[in-house]
Amino acid sequence: MNIDSIQNGIVIDHIRAGCGMQLYDLLKLGELDVSVAIIKNVTSHKMGKKDIIKIDADIPVDLDVIGFVDPDATINVIRNGVLVEKKTLALPEKLTNVLKCKNPRCITSCEQELPHVFKLADRAQRLYRCIYCETKA
Amino acid sequence: MRSVIDILDLSVEELEDLIATAQDIIANPESYSERCRGKKLATLFFEPSTRTRLSFEAAMYELGGNVLSVTGAGTSSAAKGESVADTAKTVSCYADIIAMRHPKEGAALVAANNASVPVINAGDGGHCHPTQTLADLLTIYREKGGFDNLTVGLCGDLKFGRTVHSLINALSRYRNIRFVLISPEELKLPSYVKNETLKKFGLPYVQSTDLEEVLPQLDILYMTRVQRERFFNEEDYLRLKDCYVLTPDKLRKAKRDLCIMHPLPRVNEISVAIDDDPRACYFKQVLNGKYMRMALILKLLKEAKA
Repeated sequence: MNIDSIQNGIVIDHIRAGCGMQLYDLLKLGELDVSVAIIKNVTSHKMGKKDIIKIDADIPVDLDVIGFVDPDATINVIRNGVLVEKKTLALPEKLTNVLKCKNPRCITSCEQELPHVFKLADRAQRLYRCIYCETKA
Repeated sequence: MRSVIDILDLSVEELEDLIATAQDIIANPESYSERCRGKKLATLFFEPSTRTRLSFEAAMYELGGNVLSVTGAGTSSAAKGESVADTAKTVSCYADIIAMRHPKEGAALVAANNASVPVINAGDGGHCHPTQTLADLLTIYREKGGFDNLTVGLCGDLKFGRTVHSLINALSRYRNIRFVLISPEELKLPSYVKNETLKKFGLPYVQSTDLEEVLPQLDILYMTRVQRERFFNEEDYLRLKDCYVLTPDKLRKAKRDLCIMHPLPRVNEISVAIDDDPRACYFKQVLNGKYMRMALILKLLKEAKA
């Protein structure tokens, strides 16, 4: 399967297979008026299988969101067909308005304008907790 | 602005300072009677409470300060749909310090993030109740002389009981504490408390459904009420509410220096026949709560001024 290479834009590579759509949704890529390609289950020597997202525009992407979904993903910034920057990620300490708290007893359930904020509680287990009620994500 | 939302907001050193201040207040109450002259405490209670609100108000009066009080969401702007953030900003214009109880978890943090005066969490749903834990700690300290080398039994609703979770968190920072967790299967301590506190700090614990069997081992027995307001299903509440009742007969097997505690209000968990037993410490706990709230108000007002 061939997808054209991009001239100016971003390639999110080495996404754990199966996480591409989640990333697409959380980054709200469906709302963009540019070409976006999601390639699922690409054969990878390193990972066996991986997902790739190509965005045909040099737009700012939320690195915390990508780091949350898959801290091992890499971000390649392409300009004039040339790789100009490669970014590596880490699990973010805090996520704001990425996840919603599902606890019906949480203050965020009745105060609609409060930001939904989650903090990294356990890096090894990739566990996030709501800062208000400590319910896990 | 320094606020106290969770017991873990206070370091071990700060807890020791608060206990020392409370002990000094108990020994020399007259020397504290003017410490908060001209200061106002706002008690915002959006959920029913007798003891905690009165304790905060008594604490402020005994420090020579004044109290502004809101009780029940129906009598405040919350009934008109005002947010916790706006309430906190507004009350900051009138009061020097706020004590707030709210049925929603995390409400106190929202208040603290928006207030320009210190906020003390007086209970946010089933989440945290740090000043109850301060009362518990002073009681243990006064009855046992410290926090090390104790076997602490926690009995009843360990699932929804916020006082239990806070007490475990607070005691996890001391040495050689052993926990005995006594509850029916449905109300066992949540796995996150076990994993993130007991196991993380290597604290030994055993779980049991039989209070009488484990009672002889205990130095502290912390009884809790099964709380109707935490259940979505009335049938479950009715089935579990009287799962443990402490009676004089059961106490025969207990240590002579056992310290029996309860955050109150009790329903049927402790027979009134035990109230005169010297091991019953739950009304001392109430009084200790007032002294610790006095110490905390003093500390936060001092830090706010600095």
